[in-house]
Amino acid sequence: MATELMAAETRAKRPIRWHVGVFLAPAVLVYTAFMILPLFGTLQLSLFRNIEQSQVFVGLGNFRTLFGDPNWSVNFWNALRNNVWFFIIHMLVQNPIGVLLAALLSSPRLRFAAFYRTAIFVPTILSFVIVGFAWKLILSPLWGVAPHLLDFVGLKSLFTPWLGKEQYALTALSLVSVWQFVGIPMMLIYAALLSIPDEVIEAAECDGVTGMAQFWKIKLPLILPSIGIISILTFVGNFNAFDLIYTAQGALAGPNYSTDILGTFLYRAFFGFQLQVGDPNMGAAIATIMFLIILAGVCVYLFLVQTRLRRYQF
Amino acid sequence: MTTKLLTALLLGTSILGTTGMALAEDVTLNIESWRGDDLTIWKDKLIPAFEAKNPGIKVVFAPSAPTEYDAALGAKLAAGSAGDLITCRPFDKSLELFKKGNLADLSSLPGMENFSPVAKSAWQTDDGKSSFCVPMASVIHGFIYNKDAFDKLGLKVPTTRDEFFAVLDKIKADGTYIPMAMGTKDLWEAATMGYQNIGPNYWKGEDGRAALIKGEQKLTDKDWVAPYEELAKWKPYLGDGFEAQTYPDSQNLFTLGRAAIYPAGSWEIGLFNTQAQFKMGAFPPPVEKAGDTCYISDHTDIGMGLNAASKHAEEAKKFLSWVASPDFATIYANALPGFFSLNSSPVKMEDPLAQEFVSWRGKCKSTIRSTYQILSRGTPNLENETWVESANVINGTDTPEAAAKKLQTGLDSWYKPAK
Repeated sequence: MATELMAAETRAKRPIRWHVGVFLAPAVLVYTAFMILPLFGTLQLSLFRNIEQSQVFVGLGNFRTLFGDPNWSVNFWNALRNNVWFFIIHMLVQNPIGVLLAALLSSPRLRFAAFYRTAIFVPTILSFVIVGFAWKLILSPLWGVAPHLLDFVGLKSLFTPWLGKEQYALTALSLVSVWQFVGIPMMLIYAALLSIPDEVIEAAECDGVTGMAQFWKIKLPLILPSIGIISILTFVGNFNAFDLIYTAQGALAGPNYSTDILGTFLYRAFFGFQLQVGDPNMGAAIATIMFLIILAGVCVYLFLVQTRLRRYQF
Repeated sequence: MTTKLLTALLLGTSILGTTGMALAEDVTLNIESWRGDDLTIWKDKLIPAFEAKNPGIKVVFAPSAPTEYDAALGAKLAAGSAGDLITCRPFDKSLELFKKGNLADLSSLPGMENFSPVAKSAWQTDDGKSSFCVPMASVIHGFIYNKDAFDKLGLKVPTTRDEFFAVLDKIKADGTYIPMAMGTKDLWEAATMGYQNIGPNYWKGEDGRAALIKGEQKLTDKDWVAPYEELAKWKPYLGDGFEAQTYPDSQNLFTLGRAAIYPAGSWEIGLFNTQAQFKMGAFPPPVEKAGDTCYISDHTDIGMGLNAASKHAEEAKKFLSWVASPDFATIYANALPGFFSLNSSPVKMEDPLAQEFVSWRGKCKSTIRSTYQILSRGTPNLENETWVESANVINGTDTPEAAAKKLQTGLDSWYKPAK
């Protein structure tokens, strides 16, 4: 009796808040139409196969082909390995440089900080096509500036046609990508550094923690959550990458598939290339695996890393 | 420019439309094509020539962008709005349309007897019984050379492989020119201008190609590995950093006069004529001993078929018979030097370089690229793998034997030749 009354009271107190649904609707509808439905469409497509002009349900057959048939699995593992290397280069080069640049930019004694900030961020907003083409020209052994510049400082012997050599091409392209995107970690870390309250810094100075020690002991722990976010953004971006490889090396990701990453592998399977006819079902299977890899990476971050990061409230 | 062209076209169609109404008997045929570049040639030369001889039939050339052509054509055919005449891509793409019933059987079309079996092979069923497109043009492989450079160094055009490498050695020793302009960055140059260019001399053209399809020969046989062995020998004669040299780089190196020899396809002629400031010549892939039969890659590239759903099939067939005639061949080949008519009756061409290329048909035997018919239907795709392996062989990262073995293993995994 009493509980019923209380329930009735709460109902009366808290009317259904329609406006919440109304305000959420546009985003939810657009996101569902353009992200969630296609995602499930892809998952569904990967379970079918085109047999004599009609779609036949084959269960996990496409995945068995992808992992069991050496014609597919060799290329898949190669692409995955290359993709992991692509990611490692970004983590080892792009993010530390981003943190370093942010630390330099936030130094109050630096002049023209706004200019450097803009200059370093500009490549990020350039199209992949421009970046790919420009670097292809810069590194060209025939008309590029790279051999001339090296010649100028007497290091011509160091020059090789990097984009054409199996052992260097992927690393070279990873570094081009780092060049393009180093602005993003820089900006995020820069914002995090600016948000550290002056009192904390002043307190550190009173305790005699200055210079490098201040960065390592005070600032770095405070920006760790931002570094975590950047790592996961880099991970998602790298495992979805495609454009730069496609514009610089073509869909066959030469030489000898040495720059083939999951994105280009998916493209060839899905759309076909030259005489190769596209196979949307196998393409969807690869896309599903890419989705699962990224999902797994994000989950590891969310449940293992982020919960352990300490946050400081000011 | 485009808007002007569009207005002209619209105006043209509206006038055609009204005259059609006035005469009430005129039939309008629409041509689907991806060759937007050829619009003026069709509009100013080919169509007027046909219409003059065939009163009562009007023809409209309606191209779409090359990258969109296949998808757009598929959609139009499904919706029943496609033109009466359809420009055919070679091999499987058109074969698929024929199997779906979109293209009509043209085996008995008057004029088809003007073409050799090789010319027709790109638009036939696998058993060769039905043809569904009239062959229009092919491209021929060979080597284009800088005549001024050859004169300056006192070089003779090579006819045998030994002479060929002797010439390359002399150019390299002199040092003024890069002996050969080719890169491996884009992969297809190595396969198309390299392997498919010199290969037919080794595997004896059609004989080898047919034997490969029948399963009587393997890519690991001597005749198929030997072209890779020759390609591997090209490496020292290519420019500095050829591993990162792209196709446009190679074209520029040659047209700027920095390289002496360019492994070519005849489609380059039009561009080279406008860009190069020196005299050019061409020679077919050298043979082993003087007097050996030579084989050239005379690759079928473009054809024209009849939409099976066309309402004006009779008129369209009349047009196709004209496309199969020597009249059409003469106009077409002269307007587009480097795209050669496949017609058996010889065509008189003005361009000297094009004449040189086409003259090889008289003394050499023609074949098409070995990987195009039937053999590139499965996974891994033989054509794509040939690109990768040809580049590997020139780069020196794979031996000729290893490359051939990889290709054959890949082919064996899905291709079972009919016994």
